Parts: sequence; C-alpha cells; structure tokens
Amino acid sequence: MSLEEREARQPVLLLTPAITAVALLLVVPLGFILVYSFWLRTATGADQAGFFLDNWREALFDPFYRDILLNTLKIAAVTTIVCALTGYPAAYFIARSRGNKALLLLLLMLPFWISYIIRTMSWINILGASGAVNSGLMALGLISEPLPMLYNEATVVLGLVHFLLPFMVLNVFVSLDGIDATLEDAACSLGATRWRSFLEVTLPLSLPGLAAGGLLCFVLAAGTYITPIVLGGPSDAMFANLVFEAIITQLDWPMGSALSLMLLAVLGALVLLYNHFLGMAQLMKGLS
Amino acid sequence: MGAVSLTNIVKNFGSFTAVQRMSLDIPEGAFVSLLGPSGCGKTTTLRMIAGLLDPSEGDITIAGRRVNDVPIHKRNLGLVFQNYALFPHKTIAENVAFGLKFRGVSRDDRERRVREALELVQLPDVGSRYPGQLSGGQQQRIALARAIVIEPDVLLLDEPLSALDANLREDMRVELKRIQQRVGITTVFVTHDQSEALALSDHIVVMSKGRVEQTGAPEDVYTTPATEFVARFLGASNIVEARCLAVDGDGVTVEGPGVGRLTLPRERAPQVAGPGPVKLAVRAEKLKLEPAGTAGTAPDDADDLILDGLVETVDYQGLAARYFLRVGDVQLQAINMIDSHPFAEGERVSLRLRPRDCTLLAGSTQ
Ligand SMILES: Nc1ncnc2c1ncn2[C@@H]1O[C@H](COP(=O)(O)OP(=O)(O)OP(=O)(O)O)[C@@H](O)[C@H]1O
Ligand SMILES: [Mg+2]
Repeated sequence: MSLEEREARQPVLLLTPAITAVALLLVVPLGFILVYSFWLRTATGADQAGFFLDNWREALFDPFYRDILLNTLKIAAVTTIVCALTGYPAAYFIARSRGNKALLLLLLMLPFWISYIIRTMSWINILGASGAVNSGLMALGLISEPLPMLYNEATVVLGLVHFLLPFMVLNVFVSLDGIDATLEDAACSLGATRWRSFLEVTLPLSLPGLAAGGLLCFVLAAGTYITPIVLGGPSDAMFANLVFEAIITQLDWPMGSALSLMLLAVLGALVLLYNHFLGMAQLMKGLS
Repeated sequence: MGAVSLTNIVKNFGSFTAVQRMSLDIPEGAFVSLLGPSGCGKTTTLRMIAGLLDPSEGDITIAGRRVNDVPIHKRNLGLVFQNYALFPHKTIAENVAFGLKFRGVSRDDRERRVREALELVQLPDVGSRYPGQLSGGQQQRIALARAIVIEPDVLLLDEPLSALDANLREDMRVELKRIQQRVGITTVFVTHDQSEALALSDHIVVMSKGRVEQTGAPEDVYTTPATEFVARFLGASNIVEARCLAVDGDGVTVEGPGVGRLTLPRERAPQVAGPGPVKLAVRAEKLKLEPAGTAGTAPDDADDLILDGLVETVDYQGLAARYFLRVGDVQLQAINMIDSHPFAEGERVSLRLRPRDCTLLAGSTQ
C-alpha cells in the first residue's frame, strides 16, 4: 500500500472509535426518542405504540409550552450576554498577562473540581434568608427582616452565569491568545488610542472566540434544569424542567420525547446559524 | 522630520537592567542602525523611542520635544516590525489607510496617498487583497508603506528583514535604502546582521549587554573597532594578546606570539598610552596569503610583515575561502579571494600583513 493510500485511510481509522461511540450513544437513543414521540400514553399508564401526532400538536401549539420556551431562550440570552460582558475583560487580562498565564487558567478551571449542583446550592448560603448577605445586613442593623433575594429569575441567571462564565472566558482567551500583541502596538503607533486599537483590531479578530463561547453558554443555559430547580421560584421553570417533569414525574415518555426533540430542534437551528457565521469567521482567519 | 536624542536612558525590568545609561544623538534625516547580538537591548531601546516602553531613567526627545510623557499614538512615528504586524482582517488599502484615518485626512486625499505609498513600494495593484494573500517580502513592503504614508517624524524598524529569506533580504535592503533616501526620513534600524547595518547606515551603534560599545560611520566602526567585542562582532577578526614595548612620536611597537614584533602608526592605537599588555586585532581579510617563499620580493611593501604559516583547515566559500592557519604558537584566520584555486590543507604559505591594517586595543585589565 502506498504512503498516499495509507494517509487517505488514516482519518477513517482514527475516527472509527469516535464514530462508533457517537452512533451507539447518540444516534441510536435519539432514534428511540423520535419513535417514542409519536407514541401515546393511555389513561391506564401504558404506552401505546403507533403513529400519533397528539404529543407534537400539544408541544407546538399549546401556549403554555411556547411561553416557557420563549422564557428559556430569554434567560439563555441574558445569561450569554452577561457572560460575554464579564468574561471578555477577564479573558483579555489573562491573555495579556505575562508569566502567570498558566496559574490564572488553573484558577479558572478550579470551579470544575466542585460539583455543579453544590456550586449552585452555595448561593443559598449567600443570598438565602439566613445567608451571608442577609445576616451581614441585619448585624449592621441596616435591615430588620431578611430581604427575599432568592428564587427569582435574576438568581437563575446568576447561577447560570456562575456555572458558564469559565466556558466563555476559555473560548475568548484561546482566540485572544492567538492574536499577535504587536498588532495593537502597530495600531497605536499609527495614531489610534489603546481603546480605538482594541475596537479596530483586537475585538474583530477575537469575534470567533466570542461567538464560540456565546454559543456554548447559550446552549448549555437553554438546556439546564438544575439551576431553576435550586435557585428559581415556582414560575421560573425552564424548558428542560418540562421534559424532566414529563418523563420523571409523570412517566409520560412520549410527551417528554416530543418536548426534548423540540428543544433540540431550536438549539440545533441556532448551531446552524452560528455555523453560517463561523464559516465567515474561518474565512477571515484563513486569510491571515 | 526630526532628530532623536536619548540622554542617559536606563531601562530596568525588575532587577534586570536591559539598557544601561545609553546616550545617543541621531541627526535629522540620518539612517542609524542599532547593531548587536540577541538580547543586548536593541528592541528595548527602540520600544522606548516608540513609546511602547517607559524608560526607567533618562530623557528622550524627538524633534526637540521631550516625549517621555507623550503617549505612543501622539508621537507621530512609523513603526515596522519583524513579523510585519499587518491587520489580517483589513485589506491592504485599509491597512495603509489606517493611520490616515486618525489624522483627519479627507477620503480623496486618503485614497491618493495610499496609492502613492503603494507605488513607492512598487506594489500598486494589491490594494484590494488581504495580507494573507501576499508573500513575506510583499507584506513587509506594505508594512513599510503603512508606516511612511503618515509622514512620521521618525521611522523605527525592528529587524524588518530578518523574516525574509536570503536573496529577498538583499533585494529588500536595497529597496529600503532607496525608499529611505527618497523620503529623507530619520530612521532607526534595529538588526543583529552586521552586513545589513554596514550596507544601510550613516551611523552604526554597536551594542552589547545593554551598553553602547561604539558609535560611528560604518567604515570607522569596521576598520577601527574600539573594543574587542566590536572587532569580533563585525566580521571575522584575529585577536592576539600582545605586549606594547614602546610608544613614540610616529609609532607604537608591539610584540606578540606568532606575529613577532611590529610597529603600528600612532593613530591605529588610540587607546594605548604606554608599554603594557595590549590586544592586537587583525581582520581576517587583511591577512594576505601567498605561496611560501614568494613574499617580500616587491619593493613597495617594505613595511609589510611576512609570517610563515601552515594551512590547517580550508573553508571553501566559492568566491573566497577562509583559512585557519597555524602561525607559531597561535591560530589565525584569513579570508582571501580565490585567484585560480585555493591553498590546500597542509600547505606552507607566507602571510602578508600591513601594520596599518592592525588595530591595538587596550589589554585586559585582570
Ligand atoms: N518585558 C520584559 N520583561 C523582562 N525582561 C525583558 C522584557 N523585555 C525584554 N527583556 C529582556 O531584556 C533584554 C533585552 O531584550 P531586547 O528585546 O531589547 O533584546 P534585543 O537586542 O532586541 O534581542 P533580539 O535580537 O533577540 O531581538 C533581554 O535579556 C530580555 O530578556
Ligand atoms: Mg529584538
């Protein structure tokens, strides 16, 4: 076999384990869920196999589901924007710092060593009725009753930002780190202030990383169900909570399947949209 | 256009001193090279002139104005980097026009000046392309065009040619000199390549370990090195530890291993005041090899010193050859043009040396 033929075969060989895993662990279960979504749960509690559109009709046209879906997308969007605004400066700082980059990145990874649920619950100790903030304010005599700070949409966003910020920082960092620092020097020497040179040079060149981090944050935020359970109020359910409710609580697998496929379709469309724009970003990268 | 002057500049990075009390005057319109080995502080000096680094001590003036506290974007300098630093997401025309945007130049003027700058660097048709679509040499020309289109007071170049391959580097060198002379701009050029510095500069500043070793016209620095470092750094030199025997009105007499006794004109030994240890520096190309026994026959070179040597190693370079020769107790190197064929290893030769081609340096003090 010639070297060329061997090289042509190499990607296939190297990808085989990954493709097998994806097929068995993702495509096959997804197929099951798709089939399930057309079944129907009968009054007796048993699932009736067949091709019924009832679940889909309900998922698509019931305003209850639509409102929660829109609210979920809104929370994900707000979370993503907050992550971008707070994560970008941090990533910039790490990328431009000398020497201790590795340490700063390690600190960024540190939260991942603690369970996400525990990190989320920690907010109860901070913002709860007897949490740090309320006891502090009461000890100072500024308030006499604990302020109700938990269990609303803002705390859900807070919990999500807490969870997702490292993903944003890492993505933006990777992209900033790849930008030659002399580009900004060159811009300044030509008369741009630091801020203008950032806007003209660094920001546009880091957009691919910002977009990647944004997509990751948005998709992860939109798919979450733990944060709203722990930090949200009764009216703060997100879409994944509905899926959880249908499948785990009501044991209505067909309805849960239809709902989860719906969320998948919405987020999938978003990824396609991103891919369209990333294509352009990649093009720009290829030019450099 | 403007002159640049550095007065007692010091730059510390923590406890490390990268530039130690450097003073330098660069006349208006001059082409000055900062030459020295890696890590000697050339880039640091350039970045202080540019305003990318603040000096720890000392003053920098450009065109008579003290600029220590003037931020980089107000200094009106043209900066060219080794890696070109073109903006990859902007077209060539946008790259070149970048600095004009901040100078309130009208759109029409901007287009005209970009066109003129691209013509000056002989790349008039690439305006709509992106930097990634140009070769390294072309990118460096664009970087130069971008720096001079703003009509800066001073042009600062940090090893602009070192990312190019050898042939292109020589072409660009000629090109750079042509453009600099056309525009007549004060230029500070950083390089570790002595041939670049010798070819381009009006003045060379040889640096070592954050200090200025010598400043002067290329020919002076080359033929009359002030220190052993300069002698070794610019071209191949032989340094022989010798002893000064006498200094009198018209000559300095020295004696050293291999070379024996010789008398140099007084001006070839400015650092030597009286008898004591000295260093005799001889450029490799000033040692002329001749077949053994034929030397000393011509009458017009009565002063020449004739030494006997044995060719130990020959480094054939096509046009010339570099010989390592055993002469008495020392090894000397000689670079000679090849007439018909080079001398062979093991061959006995005569070495001709003119005392006025030697330089005496102060001897080691330890
Ligand atoms: N920001 C910095 N922090 C600490 N040390 C530095 C910094 N910048 C430069 N140095 C040190 O200062 C010295 C001079 O650096 P400089 O970049 O000026 O060298 P150079 O002469 O330009 O060398 P080269 O030919 O390799 O570019 C080096 O020893 C370098 O390690
Ligand atoms: Mg340097």
